[in-house]
Amino acid sequence: MNVTIVDYQSGNISSVINSFTEVAKGKVNLEVTSDIKKIKSTDKIVLPGQGSFKSCVDSLNSIDGLVDTLKDFAITKKKPLLGICVGLQMFANVGYEEAETKGLGWIPGKVSKIDNRNGKFKLPHIGWNEIEIQKESKIFKDIKNKSHMYFVHSYEFIPEDKSVISSTTDYSSKIVCSVERDNLFGTQFHPEKSDKIGLKIIDNFLKL
Amino acid sequence: MLKKRIIPCLDVKNGRVVKGINFVELKDAGDPVEQAKIYSDGGADEICFLDITASNENRETIIDIVRKTAKECFVPLTVGGGVRTIQNITDLLLAGADKVSINTAAVKDVSFVKESSKKFGSQCIVVAIDAKKVSDKKWEVFTHGGRKKTGIDAVEFAKQVEINGAGEILLTSMDRDGTKSGYDVELLKVITDSTNIPVIASGGVGTLDHLYDGIVKGGASAVLAASIFHYGEYKIKEAKEYLNSKNVSVRL
Repeated sequence: MNVTIVDYQSGNISSVINSFTEVAKGKVNLEVTSDIKKIKSTDKIVLPGQGSFKSCVDSLNSIDGLVDTLKDFAITKKKPLLGICVGLQMFANVGYEEAETKGLGWIPGKVSKIDNRNGKFKLPHIGWNEIEIQKESKIFKDIKNKSHMYFVHSYEFIPEDKSVISSTTDYSSKIVCSVERDNLFGTQFHPEKSDKIGLKIIDNFLKL
Repeated sequence: MLKKRIIPCLDVKNGRVVKGINFVELKDAGDPVEQAKIYSDGGADEICFLDITASNENRETIIDIVRKTAKECFVPLTVGGGVRTIQNITDLLLAGADKVSINTAAVKDVSFVKESSKKFGSQCIVVAIDAKKVSDKKWEVFTHGGRKKTGIDAVEFAKQVEINGAGEILLTSMDRDGTKSGYDVELLKVITDSTNIPVIASGGVGTLDHLYDGIVKGGASAVLAASIFHYGEYKIKEAKEYLNSKNVSVRL
């Protein structure tokens, strides 16, 4: 099996590469690329994302044909794709970080700033928080409810259809921390930085 | 609920750990990679490397260490010391660091914080503030390990780095650093109250109660400590169990 981490020159993806390499060892072929041809022929895609919503969307759009290729892969062909952090947020129609920016529009919804309740909650939401599993999820196989995951973000994804939400976490309000719809997966937290439990999630995705 | 983080810090000089962990099971007490792995396996919420190598020529050494550590530790890794240029940050992030901590370069010109957070995202920019008490309820920013006075008010500077896009503040009390007499809780409280980004407490930990004070009395989101963990006085797990017993929410 071939798994591709999309490298679209946005932010630091070293940790994603390191963790996937560790889990993939001897099991799957892992490639890090922005080559459209290679992305088209792969079996699974990982879409990381760091920095702002706008900068990530701009970077995706700057590579000719990438957005269409990803859409064809995940939406038309329904092959497995995992978005991490801003990679997940970009599934939305629109994001409001820096400036109002159009997202991929794969899962209707918006990405807006977490309500810090007049400074009562510090932002970014940085550190380990418990996930509350909302529905059965293929990537949460053998993951206990209330497991700790590592978060770093100031914006949250608010999907219109709540049935896509697979887990939430408590910070100022119930924040969506993962979504799942058929072949489409996304985590707001960083499985690649969430110790052994995070590696387990990566393993679940690779085993799909 | 968001957990309070415990962050062990390793001082690295010319590629070797200074004041290393004194554990019998260690093969090489000076190897930063091995020590980071012990901390990560022991439940550290993040790992911090502080490169105290004096010369610029040795930058490659820390990058190599970060590269090796990042392949074995799957918790966030912060690297500080000598981060002065965008290129320094790029090199460390590419090697596998998740965050960099900027000190002198931020004091010299706060727009460097803005430039780097814009380029890499606030999530990976930590500003390290070394503060010293100069009079009642007044702290000043110092650089060069507390030797150089800058005339900048620490509270004002903390607000400035937040405005310029820092994701976190690593606040070290130069009066307490190395004394084992506890964090400067008063300083912590004033900084955590005047900013809206997470503050990591540093400088002065000697007992587990000090960690509690930093979090509960000082309002810190995370506590950083070096020697109490290095010399094996306490294991990370013991620190967490202690905090948990006193109703501080930690990742166990």
